[in-house]
Amino acid sequence: MILKEYFKTNGLMMGWILLGLTFFWIVMLIVLPQLYMFELSFHPHLPPPEMGGPNDYLTLENYKYLAFGAEGNPDGYNKVDLAVFIRTLTAAAFVTVVDLLLCYPIAYYLGQSTGGGFVRLLVLLLIIPYWINEILRAFAFKIIFGDSGVLNEFLMFFAVIDGPIDFIRANVALYAGLGYAYILLMIFPMYNVIESLDRNQIEAARDMGAPWWMIHKRIVIPYAKPGISSGCTMVFMLSAGALAAPQILGGPSSLWFTQLVYQWFNTGGNWPQAAAYAIVLLVACLIIVLSVMKLFKVNMGDIGK
Amino acid sequence: MSSGVDVDLKNLWIKFGDFVAVRDANVHINGGDFFSFLGGSGCGKTTILRAVSGFLDPAEGEILIGGNNMVGKGPNERPTALIFQNLALFPLMTVWENITFSLEVAGATLGERRKRADELLDMIALPDQGNKLPSQLSGGQKQRVAIARALCAEPDVLLLDEPLSALDLKLRHHMRAELREIQQRVGITFIYITHDQGEALTMSDNIAVMRTAVIDQIADGKSIYDDPSTSFVASFVGTNNLFRGKVTDISEGIATIDTNRSGTLRARVSTGATGKLGVGDDAMMFIRPEAFSIVDQKTETGTQIAANVQRSEFEGTSYNVYTEGNGGKEISVSVTNRGDAHMYDSGAALNLEFDPQRAVVVPAGELASE
Repeated sequence: MILKEYFKTNGLMMGWILLGLTFFWIVMLIVLPQLYMFELSFHPHLPPPEMGGPNDYLTLENYKYLAFGAEGNPDGYNKVDLAVFIRTLTAAAFVTVVDLLLCYPIAYYLGQSTGGGFVRLLVLLLIIPYWINEILRAFAFKIIFGDSGVLNEFLMFFAVIDGPIDFIRANVALYAGLGYAYILLMIFPMYNVIESLDRNQIEAARDMGAPWWMIHKRIVIPYAKPGISSGCTMVFMLSAGALAAPQILGGPSSLWFTQLVYQWFNTGGNWPQAAAYAIVLLVACLIIVLSVMKLFKVNMGDIGK
Repeated sequence: MSSGVDVDLKNLWIKFGDFVAVRDANVHINGGDFFSFLGGSGCGKTTILRAVSGFLDPAEGEILIGGNNMVGKGPNERPTALIFQNLALFPLMTVWENITFSLEVAGATLGERRKRADELLDMIALPDQGNKLPSQLSGGQKQRVAIARALCAEPDVLLLDEPLSALDLKLRHHMRAELREIQQRVGITFIYITHDQGEALTMSDNIAVMRTAVIDQIADGKSIYDDPSTSFVASFVGTNNLFRGKVTDISEGIATIDTNRSGTLRARVSTGATGKLGVGDDAMMFIRPEAFSIVDQKTETGTQIAANVQRSEFEGTSYNVYTEGNGGKEISVSVTNRGDAHMYDSGAALNLEFDPQRAVVVPAGELASE
């Protein structure tokens, strides 16, 4: 029924091309590689010629390693990796919340203001920094937050602090960098929704005496919920899965979980182990996002709005 | 409910930059009246309403509600409630939450809010609909919810910005009666904005007719219709036949007009135009289509126009007869359907007679564009 309508509007030829491309995108580029990784994570670390050979078998040892560490580990648990795992998720959640608090006022302002030209300029100013590539932006943050960086020099010049603060070690640079990297992904979904909010509703609430915070609590935020959840989901997922920013801006003692995955893939050359770590991260992120959505009563369909 | 409170606009000017949206408006609205601002789009009527509700500040002048100047106070500090053109119900709140939002703002308990919601839902004849969402209601029901929500705060003045314009014709007619009925029951002052003269005439105690930025006349519906002060009001409200000409004589309130194409005609000088019209002035004379009667006898008293029928229509309650006067002037005549046939053949010669008391003369001026 839906398919019939779909072919009617797009034509048979175009319809098949669109369907084919979508299928290719989802199955060939997303599902199959993930499935391969998933399957790989249940295999032992073998040299390529032996894969599928007599020494190959299915095992949970890669997952066990994340939880308990190497065989005979005196700690009982793989404390280092687990700590990195927890810290990554907490930090990603923190970055998400900070981005939300920062972006909501901007999105509200952009969405509700009528001044066309100025708003377009603001949006442009938000977009332009993203023409600069990620590495360069990360290094720029390093310059800002470094020991003799712009921020420290500035604070010391005005005698706010005596000596430089190690923003890098304190992970301030990392959080700022991550937050900055995904600001647009937070702003635009919210902006889209808030833009369609009828201004009269805000005026009606004002007319009935509602103070500004109540207007946001009862009218704007409930209405913007799909945009908020869509923005938060993206920022959280991408922060948790970021690699470049933690690599460049992270303090010497703090690893990001993706860096562990990267090390297993690259330095360690242990693909099954890396796959297991990546899968755990993916599943954990999914569980967190879905539970938060459930908590705030957001439907899956709202995310697509 | 609070009883009627007077609203006064004194020398009110509203400007947007250099653009004057409202020019020197002076209006007195009696407490408990249903008062309408009637005018075309862009005439400034909504601007006046927004100034009364507190969403914009006038450049000059005073807005008095119950004798207190409201200028400078925010919408939440005024004893007014506004019903928006699109109603602006909160889509994510249930009907009862919508209705009692002003109580929620005031910090009322859930029990108080529930109780008040039930009272108001009874008043608007929507009991047991409180837990629905606005989107589950029909157009007329939403309308009533918007009214209940506005009345919940017990305002002294209810402001309505064309709230019926989104409804279909039949419902609109029904809601007119209902609005009027609610207004009389609660007894507070209603200020109603509309471009629909039918709404203004049927519901209002008094009407202000607005031309661009200016109020032309404030009067009850009958006076607006029968005794317009200006050419704009005469041409804006209802249908009217316009005769242009020069005043040749005025005596005892009756002016004699030398019309351009229909000879010399006599008509009453409008009350609002008394003293503004002298011999030799350009004048506009208006005769309603239903003010004509078709007579056999020809007279020369300045109360008859000879005309030929162009075409006629049957409209149920009346026949519309479109004629052309001997001077080439188009004149439309409405003949009440009393059961006898009044379909005239084209070309038939008629004598159109009118009572000079039912025709009005005003100084020549601006006309309402159709």
